[in-house]
Amino acid sequence: MKRRDFLKNSIVLVAGASLPFAALDWIDPKELLAARPDLRWGFLVDTHRCVGCGFCVKACKKENGIPYDANVTRTWVERYVVLKDGKVLADSPKGARDGFTTTAIDRGAEGMEKVRDEDIAKAFFVPKLCNQCAKPPCVQVCPVGATYQTADGVVLVDRSWCIGCGYCIMACPYGVRFFHPVYHVADKCTFCYHRITKGMKTACVGACPFGARQIGNLRDPADPISRVILTQRVGVLKDAFGTEPQVYYLGLSKEVR
Amino acid sequence: MVHGELWTMKEFFVLPNEYIYWSIQIVLYPYMTGLIAGAFVLSSLYHVFGVERLKEIARFALVFSFALLPVALLPLLLHLQQPLRGINVLMTPHFTSAISAFGIVFLTYACIVASELWFVYRAHIITTLNSLELQADRRAGESLLLGIYRVISLGSRDLSEEALTADHKAIKILAGVGIPVACFLHGYAGFIFGSVKANALWMTPLMPVIFIVSAIVSGIALCILCYIVAIELRKGRARRKSGTQAGMLSAEEYRTLESTEVRLTCKYLLLFMVLAITLELLDIIFRGYTAVKSWDIIREIIYGRDFFKIFILQYTIGNAIPFILLLLPRITPRRAVVACLLVLFGVFMMRWNVVIGGQAFSLTFAGFMDYHMPLVPTSLETFKEGLGGALLVGVIPFVLFYYLNKIFPAFLEEKAH
Repeated sequence: MKRRDFLKNSIVLVAGASLPFAALDWIDPKELLAARPDLRWGFLVDTHRCVGCGFCVKACKKENGIPYDANVTRTWVERYVVLKDGKVLADSPKGARDGFTTTAIDRGAEGMEKVRDEDIAKAFFVPKLCNQCAKPPCVQVCPVGATYQTADGVVLVDRSWCIGCGYCIMACPYGVRFFHPVYHVADKCTFCYHRITKGMKTACVGACPFGARQIGNLRDPADPISRVILTQRVGVLKDAFGTEPQVYYLGLSKEVR
Repeated sequence: MVHGELWTMKEFFVLPNEYIYWSIQIVLYPYMTGLIAGAFVLSSLYHVFGVERLKEIARFALVFSFALLPVALLPLLLHLQQPLRGINVLMTPHFTSAISAFGIVFLTYACIVASELWFVYRAHIITTLNSLELQADRRAGESLLLGIYRVISLGSRDLSEEALTADHKAIKILAGVGIPVACFLHGYAGFIFGSVKANALWMTPLMPVIFIVSAIVSGIALCILCYIVAIELRKGRARRKSGTQAGMLSAEEYRTLESTEVRLTCKYLLLFMVLAITLELLDIIFRGYTAVKSWDIIREIIYGRDFFKIFILQYTIGNAIPFILLLLPRITPRRAVVACLLVLFGVFMMRWNVVIGGQAFSLTFAGFMDYHMPLVPTSLETFKEGLGGALLVGVIPFVLFYYLNKIFPAFLEEKAH
């Protein structure tokens, strides 16, 4: 065989062989099933309805295997107390896992601060969870790609690949990330991805007795939460960071951090 | 116990998941890479810009920079929750992350320093190799050295004039390429912090520049310090032997050499200190003047809670006092030692105030966190993230240098240079 022929045949062989292999890649059934252009998970929190019972936090910890007594949590509830002199007090003892059992405010190392009822101008509760941002900074900064965004918008962590550098924890403006005390990798709220992908609600939504938490599909205009977000005045947390959070709040007050 | 809970003290309104996640090891990481970058830049001053009088210290700086290299990796590995997975950064680098390129930048830099070192010492390696091979009765240490030299000479035996000129050319090119890479290696450590938009104290485009300049400051200070210590040791030895051996410098010659090298290097140190202080002050003034939302809490940190650490330890003891010491005329090696020690301390405090200070306030801007460094290690974690781990990282470069110095003598005792 001449050299010219050899080269020619080689090229034909390589091109011919790569075509079917490439085709295999194009129709990866897993990818096809995962791509859902009609689905984008979103969350709606109605702060008017939250009473700070902490059932959501309890349910989340149990459902997602976050050690019950560990001082980290995937979701938590904050209490804001605005005094008549304009002073804002806020706390979230143990992430409000046990609810708010006293009117005194937890000031960390400073102890509990008593507040007289007549000094209070307004007070309210704000549940917090991962905002599953459209532009998640945590995904951007992960050096190994262990944290990633699914096609339907949820940000997840691969526990088998995370190196535990903590960069994602630093990058999150909402403080939703932490190191799992057992697995020693980054951990966060997943919108109970294992449940919502099977047609169930998240643990916190299911546990809320007052319907303060709702999850739904933002791409479906008929979805109850899409309707609220489209038609009512809703807010998001810290939009100045440009992360485009997908957890929407009804009745968000300027004191909320 | 949750990671970080042991050494984090929370005050007022802090979110449940917030802790000091990046502690002493991450303070040491930019400190150590800074020393490497600084030492390399100093050695390049001679090789690239031909500052002839820095010849002695330049060679020393290069060897020291090489000894520091593995120590830049160590704090990063120690702070990982999964240290065994550290290699993942090289296997699946996710290039939108500032950390992901670390492996590549670091390895590039390591290759440059290693090859420059090889070219600088090639002639020395071959000469020693030849003389050792001719030597009939070798001691165990000499046999070991012979073995090492045989491997690292890479089969090169050419000592012709032509080959030596080629060496010099290669050194010049490598040192020239090395400067931007060294600056990149460290500027990029600054970028890792400066690009965290969630952190109000870290997020500033000045961060990489501040890091580079303070890196050069600390690197030069460390080189001067080690150089003086090493020369003093040699001076003592020369005095005892009273210069009987041929080829050895006398105590007096050492003294002249020391004072010229130190005086000139101190000038460069001053220059970079002025730059560093200017940039750091610019950062604070700019923050105060623009006074965006985060300024209230940052002001409370800078002027309140961390006042002692920032203005007394960092600026006064670490900047102002050594600055005056260096500026006063007729600098002596002893005064230079004191000044350099203070400068090194000042740069360390700067890293501390950036890394720990950046985590001293909550994302709520309504609470504070305080880092209590574990002094007595009670577990692997408190060792790694406490005083023990810090000392380990601090001591290793000197141990490495001790052994490297046997292979690449940083102070070649030859009169004809």
